[in-house]
Amino acid sequence: MADDWRSGGFGLYVHWPFCEAKCPYCDFNSHVSNNIDQKQWLTAYLSELRRSAVETPDRVLNTIFFGGGTPSLMDPETVAAVIGEARALWRPSNTMEITLEANPGSVEAGRFAAYRDAGVNRISMGVQALNDEDLRRLGRIHTVAEARAAFDIARDCFERVSFDLIYARQHQTLDAWRAELNDALSMAVDHLSLYQLTIEDGTAFADRYAVGKLRGLPEDDSAADMYLATQEICEKHGLPAYEVSNHARPGAESQHNLVYWRYGDYVGIGPGAHGRITVDGQKHATETQLNPQRWLDAATKGDGEKKRYVLSPKEQANEYLMMGMRISEGLDIGRWAALSGRPLSDESVDHLVGINMIERDNNRLRATPAGRAVLNAVIRELMG
Amino acid sequence: MKEQLLDSMDIERERGITIKANTVRIDYTADNGETYVLNLIDTPGHVDFAYEVSRSMRAVEGSLLVVDSTQGVEAQTLANVYQAIDADHEIVPVLNKIDLPASDCDRVAEQIEDVIGIDASDAIRVSAKTGQGIHETLEAIVHKLPAPQGTLDAPLKAMLVDSWYDAYLGVIVLVRIMDGTLKKGMRVKFMSNGTLHHVDRVGVFRPQMQMINSLGPGEIGFLTASIKQVRDTRVGDTITNDRNGTEVALPGFKPAQPVVFCGLFPVDSAEFEDLRDAIEKLALNDASFSYEMETSAALGFGFRCGFLGLLHLEVIRDRIEREYDIDLITTAPSVIYHVYMKDGAMIELHNPADMPDLSKVDHLEEPRIKATILVPDEYLGDVLKLCQDRRGIQMDLTYAGQRAMVVYDLPLNEVVFDFYDRLKSVTKGYASFDYQMTGYRQDALVKMSILVNDEPVDALSTMVHRDRAEMRGRAMCEKLKDLIPRHMFKIPIQAAIGGKVIARETLSALRKDVTAKCYGGDATRKRKLLDKQKAGKKKMRQFGKVDIPQEAFISALKMDG
Repeated sequence: MADDWRSGGFGLYVHWPFCEAKCPYCDFNSHVSNNIDQKQWLTAYLSELRRSAVETPDRVLNTIFFGGGTPSLMDPETVAAVIGEARALWRPSNTMEITLEANPGSVEAGRFAAYRDAGVNRISMGVQALNDEDLRRLGRIHTVAEARAAFDIARDCFERVSFDLIYARQHQTLDAWRAELNDALSMAVDHLSLYQLTIEDGTAFADRYAVGKLRGLPEDDSAADMYLATQEICEKHGLPAYEVSNHARPGAESQHNLVYWRYGDYVGIGPGAHGRITVDGQKHATETQLNPQRWLDAATKGDGEKKRYVLSPKEQANEYLMMGMRISEGLDIGRWAALSGRPLSDESVDHLVGINMIERDNNRLRATPAGRAVLNAVIRELMG
Repeated sequence: MKEQLLDSMDIERERGITIKANTVRIDYTADNGETYVLNLIDTPGHVDFAYEVSRSMRAVEGSLLVVDSTQGVEAQTLANVYQAIDADHEIVPVLNKIDLPASDCDRVAEQIEDVIGIDASDAIRVSAKTGQGIHETLEAIVHKLPAPQGTLDAPLKAMLVDSWYDAYLGVIVLVRIMDGTLKKGMRVKFMSNGTLHHVDRVGVFRPQMQMINSLGPGEIGFLTASIKQVRDTRVGDTITNDRNGTEVALPGFKPAQPVVFCGLFPVDSAEFEDLRDAIEKLALNDASFSYEMETSAALGFGFRCGFLGLLHLEVIRDRIEREYDIDLITTAPSVIYHVYMKDGAMIELHNPADMPDLSKVDHLEEPRIKATILVPDEYLGDVLKLCQDRRGIQMDLTYAGQRAMVVYDLPLNEVVFDFYDRLKSVTKGYASFDYQMTGYRQDALVKMSILVNDEPVDALSTMVHRDRAEMRGRAMCEKLKDLIPRHMFKIPIQAAIGGKVIARETLSALRKDVTAKCYGGDATRKRKLLDKQKAGKKKMRQFGKVDIPQEAFISALKMDG
């Protein structure tokens, strides 16, 4: 399987673990700190980039993604230096996509031009909601007015701008969400990420949920209605879903995220970053030190990695299935069989086709809109 | 000293019950200066193990009737006392647990007199925990209970009280010597089948095993004789000398008959052989437990097992799951129906799935029981309602102080499942219950099938009374609707008699089960989560494309309120 990753491409993920405040629904590796030595962090990032490049020589680098945390708290110089080093270590693709996640506050917006000059060509903004009451409930520190202003600045600086919204929020009705989504679509440039609120373990929301203090969450059936309405409305506005929660004008899909969903290779650097890299013909899962200070110390000394293991054929096949079925282009049946060492179960495929959860044509399987809404069940049926 | 010394099984310790009778021999120097050898047997109280009590009583001369002074007389107390009276025992009443604040000896003594009808004025008041009253109890054994009779010079006549398998010693045979002497090295004859054995060990329990050279009249002890299987010994048999033995055998005991049947299937069908092994090993030591292989369209290969009652069923099931680490699906407990065919033949039906074609059936009979329930009168109304709901016919109702004793004639099939749980629940645990089989009676019984997604699930078939079928069917369909997880398609759940659907529910389709965010950093965690869910799915049983969780097979039958 030495070349399997080529079907998905090669990307670089850079994790910046700091935020101004921790949001109660967020289970990402993020921390609040006001004592960050950006120079020291840059040194560590550069060292990690070099370590990773040694294992993946001569590759074309398709994408870079700065995620977090809140990477719009990074100094533009830090961002520029990371991009410059990556371009030097790998062969940059002519159309390299470089995305940075940004908080939609006024301070960050002031840095957008500098990020553009550093090489960033796509911004993804965590707007989350278009009403102030809900923003407060979600623990966000910005207002809708600030978000709109920041968004306008982003649009002036970048050709490609995406933003995130969270829906199926507390006390949200289907009609209210339709209105909010229409509002969002009138702002949208070319890309939207629309996430159903998920109560993740280890978050403040999970604690509140466990003691019954997170009231007014929609029942599964109305959440399903919201999901289907979302697909319909976005499609009508020319931003069809190309993934479970992602919508884009054709051609404006996030190339970096497609690396994940097409099960390509990606290097992950920064605290708690995961990678999938094919070395000596074997696909490895990698994980760096989760704790920011521990990562910083380890990376500065030359190796921020905490764990690495070879993925078995079954694990690779299941990951490809789980990722590939999320996107509208679907799963390559032959590629799955090659990874797994056995073909997909005809019985399961026929059953899922029969109940209209998936479609099969030529060599591909795709989830139908109904199937995408229950994708975990579809995947469990197909898993090896 | 260890607590609950004689209850050595985990299940006995956890539940605070005795399942297996145990013997202990002690030397006691009484106040009169004489030393007496006392042979004691601790017996179970629960109705399922009544046969252990009855055979133990034949091995001894008298009984201590131990009543919990905080709880009072229970239904099983009655049953056990009547066995002791039948065995012509001298009975010494003992009130236990007097160290507890809730202890009320005067009231309980009065109850013993009222309900059982024996004199309890000089009942001994004991705390086994503090030791208070133990001395008086031992004195009472010496002075009130008759000493064993028997002739030392006579040929050996020993009662085979119990036997079990020991990995090191082979089968251990518990005996009570009536006449003569049992010696190490002698040859003995088991009179029921005429087999001869060389006695290689003789011993007593103190309670740990102690080897001795011989046992004489009145003594209880054990022998080993290189016997390989418990089934080569028959409880109640008479053991004598191989030559010039006794002419007259002891009357023997009626073997315990299983009355409740259910299917035991491994959740993982690959564990069938492990299950066979476990069941064979347990059956080695439990002659009252029967089994035969069973094939279910729904559950694959398993065993149809017979038990003395529900507690016995639970104990065996628990032991298989714990001691042998096999996850089990237990199907609905059933009783033995007598199916009378039009051609005059009678079939014993152990499993509703085997019900013959109705056109060939003339009528069915079901086993009935006489149930005795003791309950504080404030709960009497609830108990009567429960019994009426279970097709009971009231036979008797009497009061003793604040307690009512009610006797019902009930169909056993209404009791085997959750009657005892319901009884405990409607009386907040204050009722006690005991029963005995009374015989068979004809009634309008039908086989109710359950169809999930239009496929019959044989393991969920039950026999029900025609008048109650619709109610039971509706209840089961509703229960299953909650027990079966939603699938990607809607699932009809139906109850049917013959081809006629009598109840129906529809489990609506799963509409949303998707991970909102799944990026590079989520791959490992989400894959593991799906793996875990997939493993959970494999633990369920598939019927067509429907996964049914194992607990559904039992929970679907529970009737609330």
